[in-house]
Amino acid sequence: MALFKSITIGQYIPGNSTIHRLDPRTKIIGTVLLIVLLFMVDTFWGYALAALAIAAIVHLSEIPPRLVLRGLRPLFVILLLTVSLHLFMTEGDPIFRFWIVEVTWQGLSRGIMMGVRLALLVMGTSLLTLTTSPINLTDGIEGLLKPGKRIGIPAHELAMMMTIALRFIPTLLEEAEKIMKAQMARGADFQGGGLLQRAKSLIPLLVPLFVNAFRRADELAIAMEARGYRGGEGRTKFKELHFGRRDAIALALAFGFVAVVGLLF
Amino acid sequence: MSIVVEHLSHIYLEGTPMAKVALRDVNLIIEDGEFVGLIGHTGSGKSTLVQHLNGLLMPTSGKVYVDGVDLTDKHTSLRAIRQKVGMVFQYPEHQLFGETVYEDVAFGPRNAGLGEQEVEARVKEALGMVGLDYDALKDHSPFELSGGQKRRVAIAGVLAMRPAVLILDEPTAGLDPEGSADILGKIQALHRAGRVTVIMITHSMEDVARMATRLIVMEHGGVVFDGPPREVFAQVDRLKEMGLGVPQVTELMHELHSRGLPVQTNILTLDEAEAELVRALELRRNGTV
Repeated sequence: MALFKSITIGQYIPGNSTIHRLDPRTKIIGTVLLIVLLFMVDTFWGYALAALAIAAIVHLSEIPPRLVLRGLRPLFVILLLTVSLHLFMTEGDPIFRFWIVEVTWQGLSRGIMMGVRLALLVMGTSLLTLTTSPINLTDGIEGLLKPGKRIGIPAHELAMMMTIALRFIPTLLEEAEKIMKAQMARGADFQGGGLLQRAKSLIPLLVPLFVNAFRRADELAIAMEARGYRGGEGRTKFKELHFGRRDAIALALAFGFVAVVGLLF
Repeated sequence: MSIVVEHLSHIYLEGTPMAKVALRDVNLIIEDGEFVGLIGHTGSGKSTLVQHLNGLLMPTSGKVYVDGVDLTDKHTSLRAIRQKVGMVFQYPEHQLFGETVYEDVAFGPRNAGLGEQEVEARVKEALGMVGLDYDALKDHSPFELSGGQKRRVAIAGVLAMRPAVLILDEPTAGLDPEGSADILGKIQALHRAGRVTVIMITHSMEDVARMATRLIVMEHGGVVFDGPPREVFAQVDRLKEMGLGVPQVTELMHELHSRGLPVQTNILTLDEAEAELVRALELRRNGTV
């Protein structure tokens, strides 16, 4: 446990707010709408309204705003890069020049807008994973993909794959740590050396990890078959998704908002 | 080479809501040549404790000294310590990675920076110690071997470093009785030859009763009993309360004793039990009881 203590898997914050209780399908569609909206708007007011909508959802979800903002931290470098690229590479009316770089008014405004767009995208989409448990999320994806079955999209199988992948992330992490320790006990060094040396030092970790993962996959497949698993055909669910009035209202609001704001701004 | 553990405590994920105390104030001195059996319920802290003895885990508080060297000192070379204190994890065959048996066993000696000639000598010696045929197996892929052979290759990978202390975490888990007896025999032979001090985690009371010179019992992250197996196994009731138990023959003698047969109860092996039963039955036949 100790080596990987900084890694958290999924970021679901359990709760019972209006947003938490929405059908996962509603939330997924809402998130897609939000993404569409953020690529449609191109003015200050458009961004302001989108930000306001996100703030309203955060408030409704009862998730501490600082947790939503924390999602931006790993993106800091990308944000900085986006803003500065636009800042220095856009042609227009110069604010000042220094050596070969030229900063323009147009660059400044584009840079800020792009930065804000990216930040809002991340915050908006992280709201989905913050308020939806991984299991609900896969259920939602399965539900949404179901109509695609007729054209050959294996909805249930995809969802089952996601569920299994999520389930085994902690197991694999634990196993990786165990193997690392065992190799360290034989004098392996995973930190030192140059890039090539480091890549090479990963072999004693990755080979057993893969071998064990395949063995585990085999065993899991057999265990599932032993319990009568035969894919999605005729399979019922313990927890049925329920698309209620709340979801209808939420979706109607989302569609309306995106249509109005997207087309006007 | 001695190992000294002073006021060792370990807390997993300290400072988070998931914090869990795994060890509390453990004090131990393990001397050269001992064969220590380490027993305790799952989650009692056995594995956490042994991982401190070669610096895989660092104490939350307290000290660990190997051969007088303080492991918690930042300047200590943990690599050098790990060559001296070899560690065989549970299911060690799950950590095999080499293309050939030779490559896998050579991993430790190579990390120690030994020359190829010395590495070869070490691999040969280590495979011999675990009873595998060097010439027949060295070019095989370890993944082609049987379960018991894989385990022996993995143990050889640790022995190839010529550790002075050998720590084994349930070395026979998942093996059939024959394979298990074979591996224990090899470990005991190494110990008898004076080559290693052994610290062995196990759930088999029979194994420790037969092999260990000292028994350490852990519960809730602390040491409850520490002494010769015969003394520790006298605490039948307390051990059972901890969900552990004693060797079956010891339990049998206790049962006979409580039903009125005048036998000694500090019996650990079948041979001792046989002699004791003969003695008690003769006493009874002669009418002295």
